[in-house]
Amino acid sequence: MNLPGFGAERRAQLIPQARLSGPMPWVLAIMIAMTAIAVAGGLALANLASAARAELSGGLTVQIVEADSVKRDRQAELAVSVLSNMEGVAAAHRVPDAELETLIEPWLGEREPGDAAAVGDAVPIPALIDVRLDGPVTQPRIRAVRDRLASGAPAARVDAQSSWLAPVFSAISSLQWLALGLVVLLAATSAAAVWLAARSALGSNRSTIEIVHLLGGTDSQIARIFQRSVGIDAVLGGIAGLALGTIAILLLGRQFAALGSGMIAGGGLGWRDWLLIAAIPVAGVLIAMITARLTVLAALRRML
Amino acid sequence: MNAGGGEIVQFDNVGLRYGAGKEVLSDISFTLYPGSFYFLTGASGAGKTSLLKLLYLAQRPSRGMIRMFGTDVITLPRAGLPAFRRRLGVVFQDFRLVPHLSAFDNVALPLRVSGLRESEIEGPVADMLDWVGLTDRADARPATLSGGEQQRVAIARAVIARPDMLVADEPTGNVDPEMAVKLLRLFEALNRLGTTVVVATHDLHLLKKVPESLIMRLDKGRLSDPTGALRYPPRPPAARQTEGGA
Repeated sequence: MNLPGFGAERRAQLIPQARLSGPMPWVLAIMIAMTAIAVAGGLALANLASAARAELSGGLTVQIVEADSVKRDRQAELAVSVLSNMEGVAAAHRVPDAELETLIEPWLGEREPGDAAAVGDAVPIPALIDVRLDGPVTQPRIRAVRDRLASGAPAARVDAQSSWLAPVFSAISSLQWLALGLVVLLAATSAAAVWLAARSALGSNRSTIEIVHLLGGTDSQIARIFQRSVGIDAVLGGIAGLALGTIAILLLGRQFAALGSGMIAGGGLGWRDWLLIAAIPVAGVLIAMITARLTVLAALRRML
Repeated sequence: MNAGGGEIVQFDNVGLRYGAGKEVLSDISFTLYPGSFYFLTGASGAGKTSLLKLLYLAQRPSRGMIRMFGTDVITLPRAGLPAFRRRLGVVFQDFRLVPHLSAFDNVALPLRVSGLRESEIEGPVADMLDWVGLTDRADARPATLSGGEQQRVAIARAVIARPDMLVADEPTGNVDPEMAVKLLRLFEALNRLGTTVVVATHDLHLLKKVPESLIMRLDKGRLSDPTGALRYPPRPPAARQTEGGA
């Protein structure tokens, strides 16, 4: 039955309101803040993975695995020359030995001052050539590069750069699922908190509800009283939660930005991401109101 | 069985038990007609409040048939009950005022439940509070009102929406004799406007105050009919008074 509600000003008075002095807005604020952080984390990881994939999508690494440094250098120079003139290759440059030594320093140690022999002389290190294709790396294109290098640089090994980061992408994907799981869990926990609060409010206002019921109040009218009350709490909690969450996200973002890592720099949030985060309290209010309504309607159905 | 033409309430062989206990009401059959005034009497524990609960749709019977306003309310889906409850006015024995609402808002509650605008509510509620002598207590909460004042608020709430039937459970139990008579006059005035009135009381003096009334008596959950109130067609008022006396 679609019967009119109580006057908006008077509706809330039927149930005494605790508002910010009660726990409900604060519980929802914490839930919404945590959800915002989890969503921001998931979106940042998605952006990071997407940026890394875009960066590596056309990347190939050619290693010249040759113990003899002279032969290695010769094959590397030839390979760079061949690749630079090859159709479909946008750029090819050899990674400087100094850069390579810096990369392997954490594992093999620093070169002592006055030590003429580079680390690479004692431990043969492959020459690395960073190649950019003008499109995505595919198996046929890898094979074509291998074939072109086979005669002049027999020690060449060709790999797609993205394949190196496959475990990283897999870990990022797992973290994204984890973030999604957290969001679902937090939404469920918020709904459960509202359910408990609505049941508690129903219990403590049972006599009032019975009176309204006996005066001809419909289930919908009574549910609207609770729904509105929980909705106001959820709006207050949502605003506080979004503010807390945004502060936490900005602080965490600043911390990660300070790491100065190229890969992490790709994990920033765009305006669409912020829009999605801003929608979390709206979703929270909707979940809270729907939960309150269903809880109250289910309880009222047990009355005559 | 009457098909539901002129009667406002029809009970047919109604029984009520709470849980697995014994029947508190047995074989209750009667018909209430529009514009009539009924007293329901009986000793404490005779089942008056249980019968009233069936009348104001707070309870379904364990057996039997109840028709209200021509509709079988036993098989009526619960979503259909509020529309019937809005045609009733109820004075509960324990008043059942909403504790955090003022006297004014308690009296206004049935009108708000019906969806009336505030502009349509304020005048009638103020008049009703004036009638029951509580104008100066309009903003008081029930906890600050005396028992008699709470009862008057409960009565004002029950009659404010001009119900088709008024059901009152010991409505004068907490007021002084003068106020009791005044409240009875209010019920009579409502009755003259067409409202069927059912007043449960064990105050036999009250019965004499309304000469036109019909009397139903409950004894250990069974109904007797001292004034022919349950007879069809009802006896003329003069004959009832002579016979039933009370």
